[in-house]
Amino acid sequence: MFSRTGAIVTLTRRDVENIAHLARLEISEAELPVYVQSLSAILAFVEQLAAAPTEGIEPMAHPLEGQVQRLREDQVTESDHRDRYQANAPAVEAGLYLVPRVIE
Amino acid sequence: MNPHHATAAELGRGLKSRQYSSVEVARWFLDRIHETHGALNAFVTVTAERALADARRADAMIARGEGGPLTGVPVAHKDIFCTDGILTSCGSRMLANFIAPYDATVVERLTAAGMVLLGKTNMDEFAMGSSNETSHYGPVRNPWDGSKVPGGSSGGSAAAVAARLAPVATGTDTGGSIRQPAALTGLTGLKPTYGRVSRYGMVAFASSLDQAGVLAQSAEDAALVLGAMAGFDPRDSTSVDAPVPDYAAALGRPVKGLRIGIIREFFGEGLDAGTGAAVHAALDGFRAMGAELVDVSLPNLPLSVPTYYVVAPAECSSNLSRYDGVRFGHRCRDPRDLMDLYRRTRGEGFGAEVKRRIMTGTYVLSAGYYDAYYLKAQKVRSLINDDFRRAFSQVDVLMGPTTPTPAFDLGAKTGDPITMYLNDIYTIGANLAGLPAISAPCGLVDGLPVGLQIIGPHFSEERLLGAAHAWQRDTDWHRRLPPLYA
Repeated sequence: MFSRTGAIVTLTRRDVENIAHLARLEISEAELPVYVQSLSAILAFVEQLAAAPTEGIEPMAHPLEGQVQRLREDQVTESDHRDRYQANAPAVEAGLYLVPRVIE
Repeated sequence: MNPHHATAAELGRGLKSRQYSSVEVARWFLDRIHETHGALNAFVTVTAERALADARRADAMIARGEGGPLTGVPVAHKDIFCTDGILTSCGSRMLANFIAPYDATVVERLTAAGMVLLGKTNMDEFAMGSSNETSHYGPVRNPWDGSKVPGGSSGGSAAAVAARLAPVATGTDTGGSIRQPAALTGLTGLKPTYGRVSRYGMVAFASSLDQAGVLAQSAEDAALVLGAMAGFDPRDSTSVDAPVPDYAAALGRPVKGLRIGIIREFFGEGLDAGTGAAVHAALDGFRAMGAELVDVSLPNLPLSVPTYYVVAPAECSSNLSRYDGVRFGHRCRDPRDLMDLYRRTRGEGFGAEVKRRIMTGTYVLSAGYYDAYYLKAQKVRSLINDDFRRAFSQVDVLMGPTTPTPAFDLGAKTGDPITMYLNDIYTIGANLAGLPAISAPCGLVDGLPVGLQIIGPHFSEERLLGAAHAWQRDTDWHRRLPPLYA
């Protein structure tokens, strides 16, 4: 999409359309140039990280050191809230979520 | 007396001694919200019936001699916390029809403490913003000056407490979203240690950074509310299983002998002169109380904003993939197929800034760019974390300004995301390292509040609250009200 050798990062319309597709976002024709400009500016801004010396540095994914994911017994602890939760669904029938036909 | 002149702690004492009933207090605040709502836009939902029901229950508890220091005291929740049976919009069109089917742990615990729910406060959409201008429900105005922003993303909570439409409110802080609006509206805002307060039922933005906290009138109020909401929750896998100290009891801790590190990087270019002067005056105040001031450098801290704008969008793009128009939330009309359903639902449901962050995150996580952006940012996050660790081997707390400037004009930064992002330059570091931090009012510049930030090591909330309380015993900045809302 672009080279990381220089400080100037420029995305094309095509790049942004591709990112929007990956993110499952419909972007209108009018919005597209705004995102081309602002996403390019953001990538140029975060580019300053490239200069930080991180040889041999461990990546930090989580702020509390040594915290491990807890495991629990594989037991049923919840009661059935299906009807309650489906009250928020846009389309349900017989307890099932409805979506457009996937297989013709 | 007027209930809106009382802190939450004072209201609790007044209720206990039967100076007024919880129903009277709730009515007072509901009337105040009703009168001022149009001007500030601080609330998305006002829960008047629920408030009166909660208040009647609290009055009954108090009559039986039950309850604690917050029983019967009203509270407003940021609209990011799920509230059973009540709209929980997260400031987004995507959730503008979402009636939460359960309570967040924060809500559940404060309800159990006897607090009275006044309503849900406006916020930047999905907590992404520093000015409360990205909300689907429109911007919130700063009670100190209606042409200024209240800060964000907890801008509705900040404006509500600053104008005393609620004595105290909850907030969340992913990159400064409690401390920055607290600073810009003259409040005491506490972001606890990552994992201290449960995230269960709190709409997720960036899960390695998000933390719930409180926007209050004083360190004492923050201590009481934090004590009621903190603690282990098996329903949040990152909740820390550690006992909750009596924060209110820690307020009397002396400042004498406290070693305060002054963060050199926070006083450079970009800091407004008036803000800097107010913060320096506060630091002199701490020295006068017997604290020792030490110059400290955290050389990687200036990289915290670019680090955050890789890490947070990456986590947001993943978290927000759940909004698919199938199980809850907005769905587009007449989708042609599943892809059309996803794309239009998300294109319509999310606002411009949320879409921008989802796309930034999608990009930095995409094949071929992951190492260069996401992994690199995680490594720089380690460097920033190491800077803090080194600093805390020399000092007890770190201090500096909360924000570079006082509140700015509505619309001033909406056209340029980078300028908006840089507003959180002093607050993001604590989120990256998971540290607790508090902002306390320390002055007025041209009639607008300025905040002093105090950052501590993990689980040092008692120390932060003690320092802020000592400062508030010596000063009255936290008791100043916006002239229009006095």
